[in-house]
Amino acid sequence: MTTERPRYAEEASYKIHGGCGLMGICDESGKLMSGEDAILAMAVQHDRGNGLGGGFAGYGIYPEFPDHFAFHMMYHDIQAKEEVEALFDQYFLVDLAEPMPTRPVKGITDAPLLWRYFLNPYPSKLEESELSAEDYVVKAVMNINSSVDGAFVASSGKNMGVFKGVGYPEEIGHYFRLEEYEGNTWTGHNRFPTNTPGWWGGAHPFALLDWTIVHNGEISSYGINSRYLEQFGYKCTLGTDTEVAAYLFDLLLRRHKLPMELACKALASPLWDEIDRMPEAEQAVMRSLRSVYGPGMLNGPFAIVLGFNGGMVALNDRIKLRPLVAARKGSILMVASEESAIRAVIAEPDSVWMPKAGEPTIARVKGMDWPIHGDLHLDPSEISCAVTGTERSCDTVEVTA
Amino acid sequence: MPTSFIQPEFKVKIDYDKCHKCGRCVQQCGWGVYNFNERPIPDDSKCRACHRCVTYCPAHCISIEKNQLAYRDNDNWSPAARKAVWRQAETGGVLLTSMGNPLPYTRIFDHLVLDACQVTNPSIDPLREPMELRTFIGHKPDSVGVEPDGNGGFRLAEGEGMKNNLMLDTPILFSPMSYGSVSLNVHKSLAMAAQRLGTFMNTGEGGLHADLFPYQDNVIVQVASGRFGVSPDYLSRGAAIEIKIGQGAKPGIGGHLPGEKINKEVSSTRMIPQGTDAISPAPHHDIYSIEDLRQLIYALKEASGYKPVGVKIAAVHNVAAIASGIVRAGADYVYLDGFKGGTGAAPQVIRDHIGIPIEIAIAAVDQRLRDEGIRNWASVIAAGSIRSSADVAKAIALGADAVAIGSASLMALGCHLCQSCHTGSCSWGITTQKPELTRRIDPEWGAEQLTNLVHAWSHELQEILGALGVNAIESLRGSRERLRSIGLDEQMNKVLGVKPAGM
Ligand code: SF4
Ligand code: SF4
Repeated sequence: MTTERPRYAEEASYKIHGGCGLMGICDESGKLMSGEDAILAMAVQHDRGNGLGGGFAGYGIYPEFPDHFAFHMMYHDIQAKEEVEALFDQYFLVDLAEPMPTRPVKGITDAPLLWRYFLNPYPSKLEESELSAEDYVVKAVMNINSSVDGAFVASSGKNMGVFKGVGYPEEIGHYFRLEEYEGNTWTGHNRFPTNTPGWWGGAHPFALLDWTIVHNGEISSYGINSRYLEQFGYKCTLGTDTEVAAYLFDLLLRRHKLPMELACKALASPLWDEIDRMPEAEQAVMRSLRSVYGPGMLNGPFAIVLGFNGGMVALNDRIKLRPLVAARKGSILMVASEESAIRAVIAEPDSVWMPKAGEPTIARVKGMDWPIHGDLHLDPSEISCAVTGTERSCDTVEVTA
Repeated sequence: MPTSFIQPEFKVKIDYDKCHKCGRCVQQCGWGVYNFNERPIPDDSKCRACHRCVTYCPAHCISIEKNQLAYRDNDNWSPAARKAVWRQAETGGVLLTSMGNPLPYTRIFDHLVLDACQVTNPSIDPLREPMELRTFIGHKPDSVGVEPDGNGGFRLAEGEGMKNNLMLDTPILFSPMSYGSVSLNVHKSLAMAAQRLGTFMNTGEGGLHADLFPYQDNVIVQVASGRFGVSPDYLSRGAAIEIKIGQGAKPGIGGHLPGEKINKEVSSTRMIPQGTDAISPAPHHDIYSIEDLRQLIYALKEASGYKPVGVKIAAVHNVAAIASGIVRAGADYVYLDGFKGGTGAAPQVIRDHIGIPIEIAIAAVDQRLRDEGIRNWASVIAAGSIRSSADVAKAIALGADAVAIGSASLMALGCHLCQSCHTGSCSWGITTQKPELTRRIDPEWGAEQLTNLVHAWSHELQEILGALGVNAIESLRGSRERLRSIGLDEQMNKVLGVKPAGM
């Protein structure tokens, strides 16, 4: 079989428009939930997508490998797999390599080769590199995505994973047998791209280490957001709004060490009128945040769920132009584009509300510190490469079930 | 021998059937066009087409026409080029002129179009939703350091946060025009309007008259090569201080305000003797390199208790590198003045042939500062022929933080762009010190005209933002993705960082 191997560089050389549906659920007590709930929540929101992309992220799903980096890989062909595995052999101790468990599902075709690896950096190589384990992993992810044609890292965090592809999310969920996983936090996404045939790697969630983003919306400030990020070495080559949101969170949380609440306030700023009415100390913080991070402010309609080990944050744009509903039942916090999705999962929620524009809705898993990786110190351009990947066409490849 | 080869440029026509013989035209004309002998008799050769008489004639019986004198066709030797030669042969002097470059260079703004939302993202209705134009001018840190405040919230950590910025309610300032080149009533109009609009006027290089003290919080005080009017008191009064290195209309050359314009008030404001010429040297004689500029910036900061200090330069070929140097020298903003910027007086050859368009300067400077990772360190104010809110939006989309308007603001006060400011006889009472002319502007009226203009542009900016689907000006600033070019070549698109329409 001689097909052209996709150079996973970018999904499109232009900006991709699209609408979507999303969900996120977190049990703050740390209790585990089956992926079935996430699938259900997305199935209810079927009509928000067009079958060109669906995906999920689950946290706490690999209790047997809590301290290994879990690599979810997509390969266009055997050759890509061999090249990546050669790289793994060189830099990592791979404790388990296996095909992703899948099952044939009607509607899912053209799947790439899907494998997962539980690995850790070679101690001696890690020491030699003088990098933190996270930096080391990010570097490897970057290396794979940019230099191995036909290979894409779907996720690379500890005790978490991203399951995504071309299809409706409920099809993707069943394809990946998510009902067999249990996690404390799940996010899901349904994609409605308006201009691309859809590529497995281009579906949401979008991940870097254990950060994942699902996003519904259109960031009208994309032009300046991407130019702002370029100043810090990020290269926005994917052409999606989601990429910009991911890098901005990375910049604000990890590199500038802003607390989550304030990072959200910087990205979906309160109006000046509101800021002017705040108590003085708070006003000083907000004025500075808004002026300093103005070019990073996400303007336009969006709803985002950021997932990570330890919880999730849901955020709406500053005047709430995309739907986002939240509900609580006991220790469970759930958000979704539609209330119907919540009620499908939680029969009788204690409370249901519409998060206010720009007000983050935050779920923290008890006993977990977050964000977990405080001190990566890689060159940001390398990090950006780590999350750039993409599509052409993926041939039909036999999927090992 | 003829006294001059040059024929009048305009013809003043009066419909004597309608004329009231009231003599108002005689009284209104600052150039002495009219003689009155039972009826007004115009001398065409003195007419500047400023339309003062036309505006005030109660009978609407005056019309000013182009003198349609035919010249033998010659694309190379335009009538203007011939006249310039004749004039210089007659006078032996440098041709003086005023206002901005009138030559037909490509107007880049007119080759740029803005985007709007359709379907995939909604446009926003500025009548129903907030639409924010607030802009801060000054240095901003790269990041904001916070610490827990002990009550579950956060406060700025020691020494962190944005400091000493100018807050503008709309990203439009009034550009520097000195008292001396314009009248005190013009200065008062600008200052009052700036205060009402929540923006800033700029003294230019002629000092700050005591009548403007009540508005000093909305005044940027300029320090130019002549140092006119500069004193510790002056520095302490301004909201910010601006070092003027150059001006778009006359890059690289100094200024000359003739002694006739230096009356008692101008003399005391400028701190020079009455009736002497006020000469601004071409360079600052204490700035011969970038490190000298740094010293002056910090001297001014020290002297003023760390007010923002900006640097105004003319847009020239190497503007990006110069701006980078200025930002690294510690300036809080860089004021870029494009080659179509106005002036009260300049040699025509300089005004018309030196400098580069502001659009290019904005694009080059903004990109350079970003490439160097120092874009946050200073704001960019762009000027040099901002003619409408569309120009404002395009300048901001290219990367300017705010724009400054000079010619447009004088037009709000009646200026008809007759390019005769240097004569000191402006019929509209703007660029003159003659009391009978300056009293033509009532500052209260002037402030209202200016306020109206800026309000109108601000509303239009809000409409543009709404169409773009964003509700804050910072989301347009530098967002070149929202611009497309029409009819510019590939090289120019690259320089501007914009794609051609259709891509
Ligand atoms: S102002 Fe008009 S009406 Fe009066 S004298 Fe002049 S031309 Fe005649
Ligand atoms: S300010 Fe007066 S002299 Fe100067 S161009 Fe305007 S109208 Fe003419």
